Amino acid sequence: MKVRLLDVAHARSGDKGDTANVGVIALKPEWYALLDRYVTRDRVAQHFRGMITGDVVRFELPNLLALNFLLHGALGGGGTLSLKTDAQGKVYSTALLRMVLDVPADEARQLGLPVHAG
Amino acid sequence: MTSTGTQDRVVRVASGQGFWGDSLDAPRQQVEGGQVDYLMLDYLAEVTMSILQKQKERDPDMGYARDFLGAIESVLPAIVERGVRVVANAGGVNPVACARAVLDVAAKRGAAGRVKVGVVTGDDLLPRLDELLASGHELRNMDTGEPLSVIRDRVLSANAYIGSTPIVEALARGANVVVTGRSTDTALTMAPLRHEFGWGAEDWNALAAGIIAGHILECGAQCSGGNCLYDWRSIPDLANVGYPIAEARADGTFVVTKHPGTGGRVSFHSVAEQLVYEMGDPHAYITPDVVADFTSIRLEEVGPDRVRVHGITGKPATDKLKVSIAYRFGWKAVGTLVYSWPDAMEKAQLADRVLRERLDRLGLKFDEVLTEFVGASATHGPLAGAPAADLPEVQLRVGVRGTDRASVERFTREIAPLVLNGPPSVTGFAGGRPKVEEIVAYWPALVDKTVVHTNVEVLS
Repeated sequence: MKVRLLDVAHARSGDKGDTANVGVIALKPEWYALLDRYVTRDRVAQHFRGMITGDVVRFELPNLLALNFLLHGALGGGGTLSLKTDAQGKVYSTALLRMVLDVPADEARQLGLPVHAG
Repeated sequence: MTSTGTQDRVVRVASGQGFWGDSLDAPRQQVEGGQVDYLMLDYLAEVTMSILQKQKERDPDMGYARDFLGAIESVLPAIVERGVRVVANAGGVNPVACARAVLDVAAKRGAAGRVKVGVVTGDDLLPRLDELLASGHELRNMDTGEPLSVIRDRVLSANAYIGSTPIVEALARGANVVVTGRSTDTALTMAPLRHEFGWGAEDWNALAAGIIAGHILECGAQCSGGNCLYDWRSIPDLANVGYPIAEARADGTFVVTKHPGTGGRVSFHSVAEQLVYEMGDPHAYITPDVVADFTSIRLEEVGPDRVRVHGITGKPATDKLKVSIAYRFGWKAVGTLVYSWPDAMEKAQLADRVLRERLDRLGLKFDEVLTEFVGASATHGPLAGAPAADLPEVQLRVGVRGTDRASVERFTREIAPLVLNGPPSVTGFAGGRPKVEEIVAYWPALVDKTVVHTNVEVLS
């Protein structure tokens, strides 16, 4: 079943030089495991293909129900150099929440996940 | 736990400014809305330092956050009558001038002799750069590995991020207001807690708690309902958002809250969002005081708008300080035009092609030309998918960057003509020609702690 990340998590992002960080947080404690399992480093790198020039690094913070991603080469040079509207990566958070996860139907039902029609 | 006087004592640090440009009223609201002991005001960001540096170039008495003077004026009664103490990094690249201006404000308001201002200096490494380079400190760029010598002749400023120790000293010497230059944002909260609770230089867990309290407070209302994505529709009264307060105890636990009767919300989720903001490796949040472990943080909602933070652990600090070096990089300009329905996107795309062709024909060279379609794909790029066919309007936004000022200047004269000689249904050019801006870029580096000597002065 298709589950939109926006419907199971919230997020905030910021910058360090040319790197954007995105912290993604489960809306409910029982959904953290879902993020941990499906929002992998590779999946995020694939999601941002064409938008970032460097590596993706992932960290886990189960105590905050959160994952933290570093998206290297995301900000067109970053800070004062960048010509981008989002020069400081403030809305990379919402760009990540566009991700759609494929979750087995049983698991989705068990966790009471909101299912995405699209 | 047996309660002792010290264990029960709560110190309230209020945040009244998250960056230079934040609410002018927040500092006063924080001291008038209820009991607080310290007011922490964070004015600095990397971008801010470059603005301040440019101001100091024009006028040697400038280079600090002038909004701070208004904040001081608005909280002066609380400082003088109730003993609220203020810690701010408003000093920017000129903390001494900032401190003197604070004393002038106090004198003008009839509080001469009743305000002591502590000034922390020593973060400014600009006068010492050649000496440092000559003695083998290469100040290599942390991102690219290049040595500073590559851009030495273009350096405008160089400041080490200093920790809480000199601020603690200023407080111990009786300063009611402490002004720093480039201290870490977190030190502004940490210092009052170290001063009050006497945490030792190796109480790693307590120090880490102080840093994490600082990280939560440093962005103002961003942890108390501002810019909070979690259930944002239900966050009450953002127009009257309450700025955060940390109620800290000697054992390194604290409660994040805000004054009663204010808007916004302090919850597990609002605090968690702030904790992940600008986060690198959560196992090692490196500051001059301690290395804090964000994976140790426990958050517990203990009442309405009250989140208890505990369980924090830290590790010994490293022997380096981060240095933020600003240098002249080149020039940039960004121009915009708005294209309306019908076929807004197609018109904007054609205008972009026409503009680029003209720039090419003029033989102008840029390091980068970036086009964005605001309203269609500017922030989410390809993830936004194909734009809707009937967009009511789209803003064409074109930016250029280069080292040749004349080319960037010429670009700014090629946007406006499109209004008459490009695709139709165009508007949104009333702002006039785009501004050419000098780019002051940042060079992050590390330096041995042993070579940075801070100094504390208390002026009255």
